[in-house]
Amino acid sequence: MALPMASSPAHHHDGLLPRMLAPDAHANAAPLLALRDFTVAFRGESGPVPVVRGIDLTLASGEALGIVGESGCGKSVTWLAALRLLGRGAVTSGEVLLSGQDITRLSERELAGIRGGRIGLIFQDPTSSLNPVQRIGTQLGEVLRLHRGLRGKAARTEALRLLDRVGIADAARRLGQYPHEFSGGMNQRVMIALALAGEPDVLVADEPTTALDATIQAQILDLIRDIRRETGMGLVLISHDIGVVADLCDRVAVMYAGRVVETAATQDLLTRPRHPYTRGLLAALPTLDGPRVRLTPIPGTVPSPDAMPPGCAFAPRCPIAIETCGGEIPPLVLAAQDQRAACLRLGETATQPGMPLSTLAASAFAEAGA
Amino acid sequence: MSPLLSVDDLARQYPVAMSGGQRRLLHAVDGVSFTLAAGRTLGIVGESGCGKSTAAKLVLGLLPATRGAIAFEGEPVTATRDRAWRALRRRMQMVHQDPLAALDRRLPVGEQVVEPLTIHGLEAGQDARQQKALALFEAVGLRPDLFQRYPHELSGGQRQRVVLARALVLGPSLLVCDEPISALDVSVAAQVINLLQDLQARFGMAYLFISHDLKVVRQIADEVAVMYLGRIVEQGPPEALFHAPTHPYTEALVSAVPTPLRGTRERIILQSDPPNPVERPGGCAFHPRCPRAIARCREETPALRQVADGRLAACHLVPSMAAPVPVAA
Repeated sequence: MALPMASSPAHHHDGLLPRMLAPDAHANAAPLLALRDFTVAFRGESGPVPVVRGIDLTLASGEALGIVGESGCGKSVTWLAALRLLGRGAVTSGEVLLSGQDITRLSERELAGIRGGRIGLIFQDPTSSLNPVQRIGTQLGEVLRLHRGLRGKAARTEALRLLDRVGIADAARRLGQYPHEFSGGMNQRVMIALALAGEPDVLVADEPTTALDATIQAQILDLIRDIRRETGMGLVLISHDIGVVADLCDRVAVMYAGRVVETAATQDLLTRPRHPYTRGLLAALPTLDGPRVRLTPIPGTVPSPDAMPPGCAFAPRCPIAIETCGGEIPPLVLAAQDQRAACLRLGETATQPGMPLSTLAASAFAEAGA
Repeated sequence: MSPLLSVDDLARQYPVAMSGGQRRLLHAVDGVSFTLAAGRTLGIVGESGCGKSTAAKLVLGLLPATRGAIAFEGEPVTATRDRAWRALRRRMQMVHQDPLAALDRRLPVGEQVVEPLTIHGLEAGQDARQQKALALFEAVGLRPDLFQRYPHELSGGQRQRVVLARALVLGPSLLVCDEPISALDVSVAAQVINLLQDLQARFGMAYLFISHDLKVVRQIADEVAVMYLGRIVEQGPPEALFHAPTHPYTEALVSAVPTPLRGTRERIILQSDPPNPVERPGGCAFHPRCPRAIARCREETPALRQVADGRLAACHLVPSMAAPVPVAA
């Protein structure tokens, strides 16, 4: 999106600012959250190793964006680095714009006010994010004091409301308990309550249900959906499971080897994927519905960050790669309306009318997968 | 013909110290029966704590059973770790979720495939054993040049292939797989699922395939058993079970699977967590979470019995088949 907002440096506190933050301009102009040419590299023995290699993503206010990809694709690292949660080992460049303001330029103190405030965070393993020696009530109280200025009775009333909201029964007694007294699903509910305590504009959820059992996962996905419906909170859902992402998200970005290779509305991505990697992922998934057919795997494995192939990183595994694919990194270009893909061979992946997805995806991989 | 594996009323209890000093019994597996024919695949699905992994360990004789009997190739399986057990174990092998934990980090992977042959005194001579191991490398799709590599030098998918080669080198007739692809990425998981199917077609061993992932089990199993709190609540062919579940728990489990392109309208959200196995509810153990429970469900434990289309279900609400027929998997 080539909006004037995005390109104008928002950290210049000049006369433009009040107008830019007016509610109506807010909705139409700056996206709620945007990454601009964002990169992350980890310090290595022989120089920095790039793991996120130039990401551009936008999240509109109230939108749910899913980020999918396999391990090592950079899907989690992107967001952890954007919120400066990776420590000194990670070097970043590019912009992270929150309502137009580049938060990479904020002081640690200012950023701490945003994390847990306007941007809520939940992770795969709630127990590692909760303090094991503090009562749930104390932990909720701290967030309410820091981000909302609530103390005493007002904080307790709000903490009770939050626990109740995330479906924890007997909230008054639960406030006095420790994380080990809760099940995994209940701890994830506590994490969500903690994130909600800061009244976030956007929740960044990194594999929030991966460690949970199927029936509990369904409860948590349902809870996040309900809360979004109530509050209009935006969502960035990071997951390896396209099913989970499709369940909650309006739009999906597929990552491979540190880049976004395709982004589209969820239905479009699932029914007419254009990037060969997206098509490969979908063909490799077993399903519960439809006929039971042999899976079509993607041959080979994900490249290691310190041995990235030149050009398109997927080319060595791609069934339709040609020589030029190894020569240049394809830019993310418009492949269809509201659908972008980073592939030089988009002409080969245009949907033929009437061809079912399974045939399409499978035929693209038939030779290579055999 | 007698089945390859037959499990009858298998149970395993653990004494557990509760807060307040009292001791209670945890019924990890509580009266499980099934049979598995040679060359077939039985999938066991269920959530954590349902007893599926304990059942696997009991079948292999890695844990002594509290009650019940296991017969494998006509011989009783006991957890005695004696000569008879070792002879049986040669014919029943195991594949775990985490291949890195299953492999010895200090040994080249090729040697680890040779090792079982040495231990069991099979294939005379180092050369013959090496040849056999290399043949298995080829069968699981590993390049021979990886033979001298160490586990950490291989990818997750390659390591799981090594584990498979090591399990298969002894020519087992049963492979117990406990979440064998859960740690693998989607694109690699599909490779390993296909490989498991190819290996079964080529070598003819049976699989006892344990997984929390219904989609994977549907892909690979001929028959599926759904476990809840130590018992099988429904069992039948995957297409029947997953497309038209009869037990309310199977129904909830199937509807909980997030599937691309399927609406979420019809999803059944179960209330609360599964109960602590130490405090197993009376009657049907599922009744406190069951959206359809009636008074009888609190009083009386439903038996696993044959229902309309020949599958098995343990639910008072599912009508029985008119005349009970003997069951074979």
